[in-house]
Amino acid sequence: MRELSVSVITDTVAGMCEEANIYLGDDVSTALKQSLEVEESPTGKEVLKQLIDNLEIAKNEQIPICQDTGFAVFFVEIGQDVHLTGGTLEEAINAGVKKGYTDGYLRKSIVKDPLYDRKNTGDNTPAVIYTDLVPGDKVKIAFAPKGGGSENMSAVKMLKPADGEEGLIDFVVNHVKAAGPNPCPPIVVGVGIGGTFDKVAVNSKKALFRPVGQPNPDQKYAGLEKKILDKINDLGVGPQGFGGRVFALAVHIETYPSHIASMAAAVNINCHACRHLEKTI
Amino acid sequence: MNIKTINAPLNDQDVLSLKAGDNVLVNGVVYTARDAAHKKLVALIDSGAPLPIELKGQIIYYVGPTPAKPGQVIGSAGPTTSGRMDAYTPKMLEHGMKACIGKGLRSQAVIEALQKYKGVYLAAVGGAGALLSKKIKKCEVVAYPELGAEAIHRLEVEEFPATVINDAYGNDLYSEGARSYAR
Repeated sequence: MRELSVSVITDTVAGMCEEANIYLGDDVSTALKQSLEVEESPTGKEVLKQLIDNLEIAKNEQIPICQDTGFAVFFVEIGQDVHLTGGTLEEAINAGVKKGYTDGYLRKSIVKDPLYDRKNTGDNTPAVIYTDLVPGDKVKIAFAPKGGGSENMSAVKMLKPADGEEGLIDFVVNHVKAAGPNPCPPIVVGVGIGGTFDKVAVNSKKALFRPVGQPNPDQKYAGLEKKILDKINDLGVGPQGFGGRVFALAVHIETYPSHIASMAAAVNINCHACRHLEKTI
Repeated sequence: MNIKTINAPLNDQDVLSLKAGDNVLVNGVVYTARDAAHKKLVALIDSGAPLPIELKGQIIYYVGPTPAKPGQVIGSAGPTTSGRMDAYTPKMLEHGMKACIGKGLRSQAVIEALQKYKGVYLAAVGGAGALLSKKIKKCEVVAYPELGAEAIHRLEVEEFPATVINDAYGNDLYSEGARSYAR
């Protein structure tokens, strides 16, 4: 059994919070640069140029890409042969978020009570944390700061099995169309299919952690991702909704087996600042 | 691409010269306000009390910046979703506001109020907070410091880039733009 002090997790998380908010991954920056070649609208091109410049400025000035430095969302895989010492995983992650968001001059966007006084917690905690137990003796931490504007444009729908591929495509495309300019296009569209009401939503979130443009390993779903992406971009909404070719950079689908009576579907949208980072300890 | 320059505060003539789809560069003083500050401002208007800022001719920018690091004017400072301010915007326009800068769709009531009171809705590029922060030359909190990032800040901007979405004539770039490129 490997022993791992949770203080290592806190330090790792603190560093990840700062890094993810200042440096956009190569996957997304490459996708943005490629989209400039596809875009036909002059205003759309101007938007994409600003977004590419923005990444350079953030890097050079060491300031966040976007002022919405997000809800801190984590998917953590814990090896069954690891024994965490010195505290709980949840406390360690939240301590890391507090440190990263404070030391990194990141915006604190979390309020404690969602309905009544909505008072800011002051340190961007608590994080949203999902854990999986896996074989081995490593801890893999995947982090995404998730912006509120794009998160607000998300949905779950319990489709009927009879709705089939066409029903699924209609749900996703119509939903994204209604969201229009609000989630800061060009967007990345996370789609969950199958499982229960809760599972499908988590899978649509997990889909946003995949490197942008990496297709689903199942050919059928990779084909569906491409089909939905083309339909979304044919809407003409374009960068920032000003009209153009590039409304979405990618569609990522994650699936789970389904009950015989159900076909759950979820859409979780990310903005072009599709920030995600992974570290293994 | 044709780019117009506008200098805040604005008058009716300035507003009427702008059309949906125009790209503009904004110079001068703009004030920030998000949901919480709007709620307070509109409550003051409703009760007839004086406002902490002059609304006449003003441009309001919907932004909640990240904290400035030592030596910086402001942190990352891109626009937030405007739709959350829809409930307050007609009243702000009625009391003299001439333009607002945000991102995303507006309600029919806002689009109509822009025509009635001669106002204009501009969008800055959402998620370009680092780039936009460089266009902000001065920043000070002028009201509601207890709101933190949501306090009202007085900003001095130079060549701050934005695009006209809804003009004073009822035009809407979001619907026209998508129509032009749909296939």
